[in-house]
Amino acid sequence: MTLAEIANEFGLRIRTGEDRLREEVTGGYAGDLLSDVIAHSRKGNVWLTIQTHPNIVAVASMKELAGIILTGGREPDPETLRKAEEESIPLLVSSLFAFELAGRLYQRGISGTG
Amino acid sequence: MAQAEENMRFHEIFHIEGGDFTNAGAISSRVKKILKEAGFPGQIILRTSIATFEAEMNVICYANQGSLSLFIAPNFLKVVVEDEGTGISDVNLAMKEGYSTADDRVRELGFGAGMGLSNIRRNTDEMVLTSRLGRGTHLEFVISLEGADRSVPLLSSGG
Amino acid sequence: MKLREIRDILTAEVITADANLEKEIKYGFAADLISDVLALGRVTGVQTLLITGIIHPQVIHASNIFDLGAIIFVRGKRPVEATLQLAIENQIPLLVTPYIMYETCGRLYQHGIKPSIARVKNGPG
Repeated sequence: MTLAEIANEFGLRIRTGEDRLREEVTGGYAGDLLSDVIAHSRKGNVWLTIQTHPNIVAVASMKELAGIILTGGREPDPETLRKAEEESIPLLVSSLFAFELAGRLYQRGISGTG
Repeated sequence: MAQAEENMRFHEIFHIEGGDFTNAGAISSRVKKILKEAGFPGQIILRTSIATFEAEMNVICYANQGSLSLFIAPNFLKVVVEDEGTGISDVNLAMKEGYSTADDRVRELGFGAGMGLSNIRRNTDEMVLTSRLGRGTHLEFVISLEGADRSVPLLSSGG
Repeated sequence: MKLREIRDILTAEVITADANLEKEIKYGFAADLISDVLALGRVTGVQTLLITGIIHPQVIHASNIFDLGAIIFVRGKRPVEATLQLAIENQIPLLVTPYIMYETCGRLYQHGIKPSIARVKNGPG
């Protein structure tokens, strides 16, 4: 599934990166402790988190993630939006909480990395 | 205030050490226990515990030290948290959900989501937050017992 | 489902001695930040499993506020000694799974564990 298809199917709101949603997502990663994300996420993963500060963009860039989905209705900080636009990192928002969103994505065939 | 103090049934003060992450939540656990033993309704206990936990975490994460006082009166519960530290430069900004001044270390321990103050406001009936830059922060919140089951037994103060 | 079935589905290790594996778990909640745990709000959680990477004692205190049923640590993370002691004192079963949080949530959801809280009101879609 591509991020575009995911956004469509799960009713996610796209905040940045509309033009970068066509790549196939390689898997899912959920977590808010940045060191864990850096250690365990894989290239092309979609990252579910509640962290809204600009560091998440740096992490997503570093790990070449497909994009970030903020769960539980969170919105990115203005600075985070700016950075995401600069680095072309897709930022999406879901009102679902992480457990349910991960669960539903998993059922659609997007597995975890390990 | 004298009238209210006469009606105060219970009062206890806890010390909070800044940077004492390991014990974060220990005081709110004790507060929860006190309220549970006093027979307050579940929702009152839950709301007070959540607000107390957030306040306790703020002192630990951002201040040098502080004190948390719990007051139980016939019509309300009140918690006062006083801390010494850098204080808050913009209270309105601090109240915004998701806004956080947490450093990386604080974040890696599982804190600093920036939800604390808004979580306190959400769970309490009245909240007052004041701060003096370079000195510290003063937080008070009240949870009303009006309409709740008010058969509160007498508690011994202190200890 | 019972905690023992969850242990099996997630190839988990139960690290608290004498844990009650017959405990019924119906709901799941995933959180890596303490404030997020506190966002559980008005839920009482005796049948809720907390899925987390926070290995420090504050996770036990936070779980206690909601009387959560059990806690599972993901990514093979082992809680520190103080956390273990506190969990035993409070009779909260602790499990450790090698799976990452996403996979853990996925498997549980697929096996019928429901989310603790549904969507945020008035939030985006």
